[in-house]
Amino acid sequence: MNSEKPKHAAAWTVLFSLISIAWVFPIVLVFINSFKQKAYISRNAFSLPMGKAFVGLENYTRGIETTDFFASFGWTLLITVGSVVLILLCTSMCAWWIVRVNNWAAKLLYTLFLFNMIVPFQMVMFTLSKIADTLKLNTPWGLCFVYLGFGAGLAVFIFTGVVKGIPASLEESAMIDGASVPRIFFQIVVPIMKPSIVSVAILQAMWIWNDYLLPYLTLDLGKYKTISVAVQYLKGGYGSVDMGAMMACLVLAIVPIIAFYLICQKYIVKGVMTGAVKG
Amino acid sequence: MISMSGKAIRKWWALFALPTFAAFIIGFVVPFIMGVYLSFCKFTTVTDAEFVGLKNYARAFKDKEFLHALGFSTALTVVTTVIINVAAFAIAYMLTKAIKGSNIFRSVFFMPNLIGGIILGYIWMLLLNGVLAHWARSLTYKASYGFWGLVILVSWQQIGYMMIIYIAGMQSLPTDVLEAAAVDGASGSQTMFKIIIPLMMPSITVCSFLCVTNGFKLYDQNLALTNGAPSNLSEGLAMNITRTFYGRVGWEGVGQAKAVLFFVLVAVVALIQNKLTTSKEVEA
Repeated sequence: MNSEKPKHAAAWTVLFSLISIAWVFPIVLVFINSFKQKAYISRNAFSLPMGKAFVGLENYTRGIETTDFFASFGWTLLITVGSVVLILLCTSMCAWWIVRVNNWAAKLLYTLFLFNMIVPFQMVMFTLSKIADTLKLNTPWGLCFVYLGFGAGLAVFIFTGVVKGIPASLEESAMIDGASVPRIFFQIVVPIMKPSIVSVAILQAMWIWNDYLLPYLTLDLGKYKTISVAVQYLKGGYGSVDMGAMMACLVLAIVPIIAFYLICQKYIVKGVMTGAVKG
Repeated sequence: MISMSGKAIRKWWALFALPTFAAFIIGFVVPFIMGVYLSFCKFTTVTDAEFVGLKNYARAFKDKEFLHALGFSTALTVVTTVIINVAAFAIAYMLTKAIKGSNIFRSVFFMPNLIGGIILGYIWMLLLNGVLAHWARSLTYKASYGFWGLVILVSWQQIGYMMIIYIAGMQSLPTDVLEAAAVDGASGSQTMFKIIIPLMMPSITVCSFLCVTNGFKLYDQNLALTNGAPSNLSEGLAMNITRTFYGRVGWEGVGQAKAVLFFVLVAVVALIQNKLTTSKEVEA
């Protein structure tokens, strides 16, 4: 569009700089408070960690210990990577099959996937967690399978859109040359789908990494916790929250995400735009 | 019509379609059907279901807390949808212009989206309780505090996301139309309301759709920020349903009935809203 310089361009830069500072302030505040003694956090959240209030890394050691943070981090990573890989592999194959076969079964399947996208999680929450329990899917590995099932809709939807834009003639000539069906898919179709595969990977990873209810309800929480579940556990039943440990865990949860964002920003933004076709 | 390659591919269903289909059946289709059936039953563990007809639905509608949660979610959704869309549109509009640092600003505004709902809830609990401490109050003092807290949190989280979608839309606006308007001497507000906004309708559809569904489905942030306090008055629909399942013994069937109603509501809202805004879309 019009990328001409607006009037008072410099003033706009100043204004947006101020808003940006306000935007990151909540995160900075958590960071500052993670070095304060817990009593000072609730008494005055805006004071700096100085004098008696400063406790160094004490909150971090306590937070890591009580939540077993690194274990949760590992499980979250395993669940996210495992689910995303499984989703990418299975749904891209399924989407290609749906588009190319295009018979009644394929159409029915596609309609079901579309339907899946508008159903809120609460609708299947109770029954899904019971089924996962019965089928012993209450491990991180089992959870990957559950994510494939519940998250298939959006991935299949995006991939079918992409496959529809790929001319079948390429695949047909490869078939005449005697290539097998799996080989055609992995050597011809997948490379063409690559940009959308990255986008879907980002979208699903953002969702699964941050998801709270599904892991909370299905995982065997005595053995496995994700980061979100571990942070929520800090709050406990009726007792008061250990705000010091909480702040430290929040920082530990946020830092890797921001690092990932800075590295993959371009792909993340593209992924969001791909996901926006949902409407 | 089925192509030659289609016939060959069809035979490979067990490799290509079956894994996703199997997971989909277990992870979605069966739980969904069972969920609909159980909403007409009295049960505690799924296996002891006993058919009771529409009783659960009747109890759901008589549950004052459910109706309150419905009102809470509706108000929250309306307010956040308006705030987020207006703010995201305005920011996107300015940031597509040649302003120094606009790439950095975009990155900053988008960042909160990557952080999970539980974490976001506690970040804002710290900040808002810190502010309210000046009046010796906290977020759980009154339901309206929790409501506006959630409005701030959700806006902060989603403005950047919608901004990205609006920027993409604005960058693909046809320049010739805008130039023609400038040549014809259209004023700034005429260009905005008669040309840009109508042409941006597809993006506006997508963003408001996302805001509305996100607003109703909101759970994690609600749980972390106030957990419904005081006395479940700052509780949204998703949270009320979850609490009915897991916090009230003997209410599982009612919880499932509420979940079905919730699904119908989300689906209807999505469809109506999609129809309304798509009908306003224009071609350049």
